[in-house]
Order: sequence, then C-alpha cells, then structure tokens
Amino acid sequence: MSRRLHLGIFTDAHALVAAARACRSRGIPIRDAYTPHPVHGLDEAMALRPSRLPIACFVGGLAGLVAALAFQYWASAQDWPIDVGGKPFHSWPAFVPVAFELMVLCAGLLTALLLLVRSRLLPGAASVAPCERVSDDRYALVVEERDARLPADAIAALLAEHGAIERRELPSATETEDAP
Amino acid sequence: MHEAPLILGGKRVADVTADVCGPIERGPTGRWRRAFAAAVALLLLGVVAVGYQIAVGIGTWGLDRTVGWAFDITNFVFWVGIGHAGTLISAVLLLFRQKWRTSINRSAEAMTIFAVCCAGIFPVIHMGRPWLAFWVFPYPNERGPLWVNFRSPLLWDVFAIGTYFTISLVFWYIGLIPDLATLRDRASGLKRRLYGWFALGFSGSARTWSRYETACTLLAALATPLVVSVHSVVSTDFATSVIPGWHATIFPPYFVIGAVFSGFAMVLTLMLIARRVMRFEAYITPRHVEAMCKVLVFTGSIVGLAYLTELFTAWYSGNPYERFTFLNRAFGPSGWCYWVMVACNVITPQLLWFRRIRTDLRLVFVVTLLINVGMWFERFVIIVTSLERDFLTSAWTSYQPTLVEYATLAGSFGLFFTLFLLFCRWLPMIAMAEVKTVLPSQDHGHELVSDGLTAPAAASAPLPAALPLAGAGR
Repeated sequence: MSRRLHLGIFTDAHALVAAARACRSRGIPIRDAYTPHPVHGLDEAMALRPSRLPIACFVGGLAGLVAALAFQYWASAQDWPIDVGGKPFHSWPAFVPVAFELMVLCAGLLTALLLLVRSRLLPGAASVAPCERVSDDRYALVVEERDARLPADAIAALLAEHGAIERRELPSATETEDAP
Repeated sequence: MHEAPLILGGKRVADVTADVCGPIERGPTGRWRRAFAAAVALLLLGVVAVGYQIAVGIGTWGLDRTVGWAFDITNFVFWVGIGHAGTLISAVLLLFRQKWRTSINRSAEAMTIFAVCCAGIFPVIHMGRPWLAFWVFPYPNERGPLWVNFRSPLLWDVFAIGTYFTISLVFWYIGLIPDLATLRDRASGLKRRLYGWFALGFSGSARTWSRYETACTLLAALATPLVVSVHSVVSTDFATSVIPGWHATIFPPYFVIGAVFSGFAMVLTLMLIARRVMRFEAYITPRHVEAMCKVLVFTGSIVGLAYLTELFTAWYSGNPYERFTFLNRAFGPSGWCYWVMVACNVITPQLLWFRRIRTDLRLVFVVTLLINVGMWFERFVIIVTSLERDFLTSAWTSYQPTLVEYATLAGSFGLFFTLFLLFCRWLPMIAMAEVKTVLPSQDHGHELVSDGLTAPAAASAPLPAALPLAGAGR
C-alpha cells in the first residue's frame, strides 16, 4: 500500500522538533527529517533507535588487535625466528605498539565504512532530500498519512500550527531512505 | 557568568552558509594567487633539491659517520609534531565538548594531514633509495620471506604514522561530507557533479545525522589515544638507543606535549592569517585566540618543566656522559641553538599570561612564529648536539647543513602551504554544519526544548490557567 507523504518546511530547528513531537503524539508516522546540521533532541522526538556503530567499532578493533598480535608472533617466533643474544622469540611487549595501531586503524576504518554503507552514502549517489535548502537553512519534516482519521488537511494544519512556511504532498516514490 | 558569544555579528544559519561558501564560489583573490605562486615556487625548489639528492645520493647532505641523523629527522619530528594540534582540537576537544573548536577544527585537521604529508617525505628520502621504501611493510617477499623487525621503533613509526594519517584523513573526510553537500546544492554544472560525487548523496536525513554523530564520537575516541601514541612512538626512535641525551624515560610525554605545543602555535599562526585573508573575523574571534593562547601557556610551561627535568636527571644520574651532553648542549659549539630554543619555547609563551598580550592579535602572531622556530630548534638540539659529541672524543665532528638540506626544508614548507592554499580555495575552511549548532539562536532554543516545553506550545498555552496550578502546588 502506498502511503501519501506530506512535507513541511520550517525555518527553525526548534519548530521542527516541536512539530515532530506533535506528529508522533497524534499517531502520525514520521518518515524522516532533513536538517542542515545535527539537531539536538530530534532523535528523541522521532524515537530513533541509537546507532549500533559502537558494536562495529569494537569488533573492528578486536579483529585488528588479534590479527596484529597473531601475525607478529607468527612472523617473529614461528616463520623466521632470529636469535638475538638468546632473547625470547615471542617478545610480546615489543609487539604492543603495532598491535595498538592496527586496532585503532581497523576500528576506525570499519566504523567509517559501515557509516557510509548503512546511510547509503556512496560515490555518485543522489541526494533524497525533498528540498535543496535543507543543506543551507531549512528544516524539512516528512510525515506519512496513515488513516482516514487524520486526513491531509489535518496534517497540513498541524504542520502550519508549528510554523511550517511551506507544506505540500510528496510523490511517495522519491522517498528511498531506509528504515531505522 | 556570561561569556562572549562564540560567533559574533548575530549570524543566522543562512549567513554561515553564505560566509563560508562565498570565498570558494567567488574564486581566487589576488592575494590568494600571490600566496599560491610563492608556495609553489618554494615547493619547486624542494622538488629540485629532492630530485638532486635522489640522483646523486645523500652524500649531498652534511651527514657523516658520527652525525647520521640531522636536518632530515629534525624536519620529520617537527612536521609530525605540528599535526598533533589538529587531532587534539578535533578529537579531544570534541570529547570534552569544547564548543569553541567548531570554528577551527576543519582547518586544524587539514593542517594535520598536510603536516603528516610533509613529515612522510623525510624518512623516505633519508633511505637513500626511496624506490625501495615499500620494504618497510611486512609483505610476502622473495627474500625468505624475511619479515620486518617488529621489535624496532623505526618499524613502529611506520604503523603509527600510517594509522595516524589514515584515521586523520577519514575523520576529516567524514566531517567534510555535510559541507560538500551544501556546496553541491549551491553549485551548478561540473562543480555540482564534482562536489556531488564527493558528498556521496548526503541529504541531511535525521537518521543519517544520528549515525553520523555516533560515528564522529567513535572516531574522536579512537583518535584521542593516537594523539598520545604517535609522538610517543616517534620518541622511542631516540629513547631506545644508548646515546646520552636520548636514552631517557621522559621522552614520550616530553615529545607529546612538545608536539601539542608546536601544533597549537602553528594552528594559531594559520588562523590569524586566515581570519584576515578570508574575512572570517566573526567566526575566529578573540575568544578563540585567547582559548588557544591558554593552551600555549599550559603546554609551554610543561615543555619548560621537561627541559628542567632533563637537566636535573642528567646531574642526578651521576653519569659523566649524560652530564657532559647537557653542558655541551648549553655551552658547546652549538650552544646558541639551545638558547634559541629556551628563549622561544620557555620564555616567549609566558608572555601569554598577560591578557593585554593575549588580546593583541599582532603580538600573538609574533609569539606563535617564535614558538614554531623554537620547536624546530628543540628537535635540532636533541638530535644533533647529542650525536656531535658522544662517547669517543676521536669521533666528534661538527655538523654543517648543506644548501640541499636547506632547500629541502624550504620545499617542505612549500608543500605545506601549497596544500593548505588549495584547501582554502576548494573546500569550506569552517565546518558549517558544526558552527550552525553553536549559533546563539540554537543555544537559546535548546534550553526550551530540554525543559520539555516546545516553543510554540509554550507560547500558545493559556497563561492564566498555568498560574493557579503553579500556586496550588506550593
């Protein structure tokens, strides 16, 4: 079933957050919001789940750490051990700096990569923002019209009440943003 | 207590976009062209010098069997150190929620990346056969495979600097994406396609912002230990050797704090130029300059303490070679370098205790230049004076840099400024999306939201009805 989407454009971040809260309290589903900068309180107003990127960061770091320690052990103590005055081949304290650096490198690269993939930020991708000025000074809210109890004009009125300077219906095909 | 606003001139969100994108869209000014021509000329001088020394060999440098590290490694440590302020500003100050960083973090991070590029040249050309530089990586080779020595600090350097460069670049690029989207949406034609390709289709979606902020916090948390680890690893190049004056446990913290000190001085030098040339006076305000001056006083005092600690340790060790090294540093043939270092790094930053000096931007500019000079001399003193006069008097020499070495140093500055000027010309120097969050209008409204009151709802609430309720509660 294709739902009708309504767009409200605001000139102020606080008005956007207020409108998002009002919509959610009336049971109007919020498809997404588009803002020129991260807006404090919007996650909460839209009830977005916290990102799971920290897990990816931890996994990447652990993988880098284990791989670096294992490789250094294998190269220095197994594959080609060199006897330097009878010193131990598995001199693990000397392996700490490289292991640490690879831990940070893998954690950082995996976090950045998953951020881009998960947010569909890929070279050549087109922006799905409903209005270009959201990268300048406009704040856009896109809500779904779900049932007959809240018809289009009620949604428009609600958006207008919270200071939307522009309201229109969107063709639903332009909305491709993924679910949380 | 009321502080001056971070951004002056009552800027609105749209003004930030216009002010930051304006210089990029208007095209280069005459001043930019002249500066760029000068930087490229220096860079070409460096290219010629490096080309010559690769063709002829590093015998063109003033090195000998006693002094095997001099200008090259001094420049390497100097440039790596410069980079640290960018990471400190973008990562550590992000974690500590220091909002003043938003005006300067973009260019400070750019400075980090360009400084590490400059630093990277020196170990590579020092190899003498730079076409074999890939031997530093542990790759399966036909020599056994003979692996690299994982116990060597010089190899740790490869990983530390490599990670530092990569993470700094990723952090910088992630930060640039929203601003590239802004440039894309304002441009047309080829520029729109170019900025659009690099903006990766960023739309400012709230879901993306939510993940984006999480990712930035994570990257900041990862970059923070890098601030400490990179120069600590660089210092082990010296500290794990047995040369008097190098073999000291104080080296890692001493190098890290020196790096932050020199990096902040360089950031301040660049920012003071940029605010005038790019007309960013409203964004890089005296408050930002003062905050950075305070960091300089703090780190400069620790550097002074480190110098005293070194002297005390040399005396207290009772080791005649250690004692001699430090006497030689101050009163030997290269003693003047030591006193330049003390004057620039210990005495000069103490001037910044005075508010009158901190708020006089011309004086601050002079102070930062002196600190840059002093920190270069610090590395020169540590490296060269320790080597010139070590254990055997029969091996003593005096190091004299050659013209090729001076030209290479000048060339590294040329590379740095060329990259920095290209950055000013094509990319937003100020992180627009971040500055928009610290505008006074945003702060004011944020309080209302956190009170649980939405602004319009609060305005439309019937006031007389609310008052009796409040009274009844008492």
